[in-house]
Parts: sequence; structure tokens; C-alpha cells
Amino acid sequence: MDTLEILGKHLAVDKDGNLVNRSDWNEEIARAIAAQEGIAELTDRHWAVIRAMQKAFDRDGDAPSIRRLTNESGVDVKTLYQLFPKGPAKKAAKIAGLPKPKGCI
Amino acid sequence: MRRLVILGGGTAGTMMLNKFSRVLNEDQWQITVIDDSETHLYQPGFLFIPFGIYGQKDVVKPRREFFPARANVVISGIDRIDADHKRVILEDKSAVDYDYLIVATGAKIRPDQTEGLLDDEWGKSKFDFYTLEGAQRLHQFFESWQGGRLVLNMTEMPIKCPVAPLEFLFLADSYFTARGIRDKVELRLATPLSGAFTKPKATEILGGLLQQKNVKVTPDFGIARVDNERKTIVSYDDVEIPYDVLVSIPTNMGDECIARSGLGDELNYVPTDKETLVSEAHDDIFVIGDAGNLPSSKAGSVAHFQSEILFKNFLDRIDGRPAHARFDGHANCFIESGFGKALLIDFNYGVEPLPGKFPLPGIGPFSLLHETRMNHYGKLAFRWIYWNALIRGVELPIDSKMSMAGKVAA
Ligand SMILES: Cc1cc2nc3c(=O)[nH]c(=O)nc-3n(C[C@H](O)[C@H](O)[C@H](O)COP(=O)(O)OP(=O)(O)OC[C@H]3O[C@@H](n4cnc5c(N)ncnc54)[C@H](O)[C@@H]3O)c2cc1C
Repeated sequence: MDTLEILGKHLAVDKDGNLVNRSDWNEEIARAIAAQEGIAELTDRHWAVIRAMQKAFDRDGDAPSIRRLTNESGVDVKTLYQLFPKGPAKKAAKIAGLPKPKGCI
Repeated sequence: MRRLVILGGGTAGTMMLNKFSRVLNEDQWQITVIDDSETHLYQPGFLFIPFGIYGQKDVVKPRREFFPARANVVISGIDRIDADHKRVILEDKSAVDYDYLIVATGAKIRPDQTEGLLDDEWGKSKFDFYTLEGAQRLHQFFESWQGGRLVLNMTEMPIKCPVAPLEFLFLADSYFTARGIRDKVELRLATPLSGAFTKPKATEILGGLLQQKNVKVTPDFGIARVDNERKTIVSYDDVEIPYDVLVSIPTNMGDECIARSGLGDELNYVPTDKETLVSEAHDDIFVIGDAGNLPSSKAGSVAHFQSEILFKNFLDRIDGRPAHARFDGHANCFIESGFGKALLIDFNYGVEPLPGKFPLPGIGPFSLLHETRMNHYGKLAFRWIYWNALIRGVELPIDSKMSMAGKVAA
């Protein structure tokens, strides 16, 4: 199992580099993962997306695609890309402590 | 009389119709299939049309040729499903009642979903090959094209046969080489994925092949719009890719009749139990093939594996037993790689495509994730198998459950 060093802790991650254990996740960890992904600051809008993502995951057992994420979070696609450059669904899932969305096979 | 109604007489609907026609007693069951056209299209063949390898006659046959004599065939558009009253409303507003329903209405491309894609240039400098007409227009265009920048863009996932865009690029490399103008053609893949495919091992190997064939890749490209004036596609984060010819895999969506029925998700796919293939909203509705929201590949081979599961669970259901068969997400796809070779991938919900051998009694083994001529013959044989066995619901010597035999774990 791979691990990722965040804030001095070695946390288990899957082959996509996403956290394995949701219990390892907290807001501080999220900010640290975001920083590693090149997002310097998590604003309220980032948090709204992250929360919507976690809520959808808890309900559906899968992180939402971009299209679903726009419905769930009320944030349009263009803005999602500004908040989470280069693949918002993948990035937001990683920062939210969730596995990469499976929906895209 | 009990009534089974099948919506869609394509790959999956025809398969189920044939299977159930053999076992459901004719005195007790009426089986109806509804589709809006008389012709069955072999969609996997569309891939070969732009390159002149297949023509129309290879991919089009009368639908009724594959329907059993006892079937009640209705050729009509489906307006919607009225699940509360267990009936299907047709285009002319007449109703067809059912006791059980199988939804097999597939998925189609929706170029209207991307700003600037569907305009006068559609079919002139911007093409698709997911429809017969699109593939034929592209063939005509290629015949006189003298080269330039060809960009293949996948709009968003999921799409039918997610390896088809890669196969298209491999075949394009082969085709333009044969025409002696490969050095004048720049090939580029612009994909919303982070690499060539969705799973790590296959992405590594297929990515390597793209590189070897000098196909450039722009990953993480989420198309926002087509700038037709400048013949450029623009992403949501303002990456721009100019093209001379754009080959688009537009957004794939379930049919609008699913949306009208209030039975679809945001892409008109029917939420379905990924193991039992029963609709999540109504337990007398089964879903098969591209129409469902399962996290399995949208492919004919997958619909075939699903058909065996659905068959068992349906018989359980009508006999009052709990559904016992479970779909594992099995997919088995040949990937045409040009110059008379192909690869094969075999995977399921839990196991990604792995290298190794794929044993097939009497015919195989085929090589997994490795280019061979044998795999190419397998790909071409698929058309014969499709018309003569697959959609006729004949047993094939390949298990609906994925097997680890021959695979080399990572
Ligand atoms: C270019 C391309 C290459 C492919 N390559 C491969 C491959 O190599 N291997 C593979 O296994 N798969 C491949 N596929 C995928 C495969 O063709 C599909 O997954 C398969 O056909 C799905 O079957 P289906 O029955 O779910 O849908 P379909 O076969 O599309 O059938 C749906 C049917 O429903 C009917 N219908 C829909 N809505 C309505 C309505 N409102 N009223 C009346 N009728 C309606 C349609 O007319 C159609 O006949 C490829 C697809 C494409 C486009």
C-alpha cells in the first residue's frame, strides 16, 4: 500500500493517490492535499463543492462526475474548472478524501 | 396472458427477445419488442467505415431478420414509460401494457450538448463516427484530404466503447501511412481523462502505443466550446487546440424517452442495481446495455454478459424467487491497433485490464494487452459472431463472469 506524507503523517493512499481511509480526512488535511495539487487556498466556494461531493458519495457510493457535480453543488462547469484546474471531479474528490470517480469507464 | 415488453430492438433488446422466446411458454406469454426503425445497425463496424475497410452493407441489416416469429413487433417511437400504470406510451399516444419491462434503449451521441459543435461545419470540417452517416461523411472527406491537423476530442465520459477513439487514431495512422501522407498529418487526442484510458495498466500500455505511432495527447481537456471562426476547440480552463479536421466523440446520453418518463439521471441513464440489473425505482423493470447507469463499459460484449444475468434473474422473478445472479462488470474488448494487428482487454468492476493470455476453448489463446495478428482476426470475427450468434441469443464459449486464468497480476 502506498502512503502519502501529509503534515508529518504517513497516510494510506490508493493507486490514484487518493486517501484510503476517510477517517484520516479533516479540513487541515484537505488544505494540505489542495496545496500539493497546486491550490493555494480553499475558499468558501471550494468548500461548498467539497461538501457536495462528500454528500453525493455518502448517498451514491461513488464520487460524482463533473456534470452531476454541477447539479449537486450549484456551481457551473466553468467555475469548477477555475476552482479545481485540470479535471475538477478528480481533483475535488482527492481533496475531499474520496476515491476517484468510477463513473467514467 | 402475461406480457413482457422490450424497449429497443438493438444489440441487447434483440438478444433478450431471442433468449426469452425460447423459454417462455407461447400460450402464457406475449413478448413485444418496440423500436423506431426497421434496420439494425452493427455499431462496432462504424469504426472501420472512415477508412474504407467496411461499407454500409457490412453494418446494416433488416431488424426483423433477427426477431423470432412469435415476437409481437411494434415499429414506433417510444414517447415514455408510465411505470405507475405499467404501460408504455407510443409516439401516437397509444398505450402498450406490460407486466414486466426490459429497457434496452441504448445511448446516442448529443453534439447539441457542446457549444458551437453542431453548426454548418458539422459534417464538413467537424465529424463524428458514432453514427453511420457521420462515419460515411468522414470517409468521403478523408478520400480527398491532403493532410493537416486532425484532432480527436472526447467530450465527456462515459461513452460507448471507450477504446473506440484510440482505435480510430491507430487506424488513422495506418491509413494515412498507406496513402503516403502520414508525414503531412498531425494526429492529436484531446481527452478529459488524465491519460489514454481509465485504468492504470491499460493507460500505460495504450499510452505507449499512441506515442510509438506519433499521436500527441492533450490530457485533462474538458471542452467548453468550439470556436468555429478560428477552427479551435477551447477548454473550460482556456487551453486552445487548433484543428483542420475535428473528429468529435460528442456527449453520449440515454434516449429522451427515459427523461420524459422521469426515470433517468442527468445523462438520461436509468439508475439500475449494478449486480441484479433491476431498476432501482421499479422492481418490474429490468435494464440492460447502454441504457443503464452501471459503472461497466458501454459495449456489446458487456451487454452480452449482462444478458445471461438478466435472463436468470427474470426467471427467478416470475417464479417468485429472489434474484440470484450477480453481474460482475465483465468486459472483453478487442482494440484494433492498425497495420493488421489488435490488442485484447478483459476486466470487470474490481479487476483492471491485465496483461497475459486469454484462454478460449477451441480458438484461443489470445494475448492480453499485447498487439498480435490473432487479436485482429478476433476483432474481425466479432462481426460474424455478432450477426450470427450474439444478437440471436446463442450461447458463446465465454463465461459471463470474468476469470483470472492466464492473467498476470500487476
Ligand atoms: C463506433 C462504435 C464502436 C463500437 N465498438 C464496439 C466493439 O468493438 N465491441 C463492443 O462490444 N461494442 C462496441 N460498441 C458498443 C456497442 O455497439 C453498444 O454498446 C451496443 O450496441 C449497445 O446495445 P444496446 O442494445 O444497449 O443499444 P443499441 O444497440 O444502440 O439499441 C438501442 C435501440 O433502441 C432503440 N430506441 C432508442 N430510443 C427509442 C425510442 N424513443 N423509441 C423507439 N426506439 C428507440 C434504437 O432505435 C435502437 O435500436 C461500439 C459502439 C460504437 C458507436
